[in-house]
Amino acid sequence: MTLTWYLVLAAILFTIGAVGVLVRRNAIVVFMCVELMLNSVNLTLVTFARATGTLDGQIMAFFVMVVAAAEVVVGLAIIMSIYRTRRSASVDDVNLLKY
Amino acid sequence: MIHAPDLSLAALAPLLFVFVAACVGVLVEAFGPREHRHAVQLAVAMVGTLGAFVCTLLLAGTQEITAGGALAVDGAALFLQATIAGLGALALLLFAERALDPARSAFVASAAVPVGSPRDRELATSTQVQTEIYPLATFAIGGMMLFTAANDLLVMFVALEVLSLPLYLISGMSRRRRLLSQEAAVKYFLLGAFASAFFLYGLALVYGATGSVRLADIRSAAVAGGGDVLLLLGLGLLVVGLLFKASVAPFHSWTPDVYQGAPTPVTAFMAACTKVAAFGAILRLLYVAFGTSEWTWRPLIYGVAIVSMIVGAVLGLTQTDLKRMLAYSSIAHAGFLLTGVIGLSVAGGGGSGLAATMFYLLTYGLTTIGAFAVLTLVRDGDGEAGHLSQWAGLASRSPVTAAVMALFLLALAGIPLTAGFTAKFAVFRAAIESGAWPLAVVALLASAVAAFFYLRVIVLMYFSQPAADGPTVGVPGLPTTIVLALTATATLALGIVPGAVLDLADRAAIFVG
Repeated sequence: MTLTWYLVLAAILFTIGAVGVLVRRNAIVVFMCVELMLNSVNLTLVTFARATGTLDGQIMAFFVMVVAAAEVVVGLAIIMSIYRTRRSASVDDVNLLKY
Repeated sequence: MIHAPDLSLAALAPLLFVFVAACVGVLVEAFGPREHRHAVQLAVAMVGTLGAFVCTLLLAGTQEITAGGALAVDGAALFLQATIAGLGALALLLFAERALDPARSAFVASAAVPVGSPRDRELATSTQVQTEIYPLATFAIGGMMLFTAANDLLVMFVALEVLSLPLYLISGMSRRRRLLSQEAAVKYFLLGAFASAFFLYGLALVYGATGSVRLADIRSAAVAGGGDVLLLLGLGLLVVGLLFKASVAPFHSWTPDVYQGAPTPVTAFMAACTKVAAFGAILRLLYVAFGTSEWTWRPLIYGVAIVSMIVGAVLGLTQTDLKRMLAYSSIAHAGFLLTGVIGLSVAGGGGSGLAATMFYLLTYGLTTIGAFAVLTLVRDGDGEAGHLSQWAGLASRSPVTAAVMALFLLALAGIPLTAGFTAKFAVFRAAIESGAWPLAVVALLASAVAAFFYLRVIVLMYFSQPAADGPTVGVPGLPTTIVLALTATATLALGIVPGAVLDLADRAAIFVG
């Protein structure tokens, strides 16, 4: 079993996440797509840790998880505050600021 | 047996000062009595930032790598940390302004109360303020200072998040036009998280290519491995993440919306300090880790510099809101700063590009904070009067305000005898010296286009008839007066006698590692 497949899977997950951010309309789903991108990075890091025989990649995956948790707290707080006013979490409704 | 990493507390003193102040701020928020909280929080935050500023001055000349190789405290880091701490202190003073708004603050009474609810209407007239803004801003300043000293991609990523997360929150805490402010926070958050995911994927690919995230190890691997595809892809993704934070076109789409929606003191803070921090990280990454493989990043930076200057200058022309106009100006300035990054040369030990870019960051930060401080003065019944038409004839209503604004706009345009001219001259010269004269030509043309929209505001202020129901010019309290006096003096002084500071930037232009 070669490690390349894990990297390919991670790249596919990252791409799905990135495309999701660009095409999905619900702020929560957009945010979940960002989380998917972060988790694909974790998979990449752990695979490279295995490939290079160093532990750093696994430690870094923990850092990423902690930062992602902090990001969830801040992100959901912001999305909740806007949802409570507008009764909608669609990013299309967030259109007061424009050119 | 686990060995503790070497930790030079003296070299980390500026960072410790800010982070301890932020933690004390959180405790004050939890245990301090509400009526004294605003004053105490301001005092704690100011002690933290000014203490850090003094520490960086005392540390001048230090060159060491500490915290187990994760942080580099060198000339460039200290110069940029001093800049961030100083500009951060000025921005905190703008946060503390109590005289301008009838409700005595630009910040919301309670961010958790839904907009338009009965409780929200009740709080709209109260003088209560969400004092968490001070610890949040202090954490952001700490993250920015860490960002410029990061000698390790992982520390750089953590610092990026420490500076970003508080900014997402405080940009949603405006007292007036709360929906716009919350919308700015959502946009900033979603796009910011998207960009940091790219930075992180870049980190993972560089780790895969080199087996390490230390900048020095990456450099030796880059020398040995040359054009490894993984390494190049990783470099590209890292740079995209950083260019987003620096609001460089084509990664600028959040900038106008967030600058317009966020409370003006926060916009001043973001525009000045975030730019310094982001460019600090870009310079360190490109110089320390990828300095020996310049050919890999030069075309990329060359291209985005041109795009950024053109997008900023041309779209700035069409804006009718002053905050949005200054946002496009910030995008154009990011392009000018990148011409200084192009002038970065390894052969010349950092070269004139590094010193020029650092000097540019200092002058741009001072001028921008000043310009946004003036914006907070001009008000109508609904808060700040940001529309261009409302500024017509301002000079006849308040000659001093108009004169100060004109000074900042001239400096942003880069007119001689202001700081902006010296800074632009320095970065363009650095670009030409490294052979990038076509870039300098584009930069000059973009400056000329951008000068038009700055001068248009000046013409409007001085040569138009004021409208009958025009805005009023508020009398600033002590904090804003201090900010305006300091930034205006510095903008003039750095234009007329820039020698000492240019010399300082030149001597500080050293990266270790």
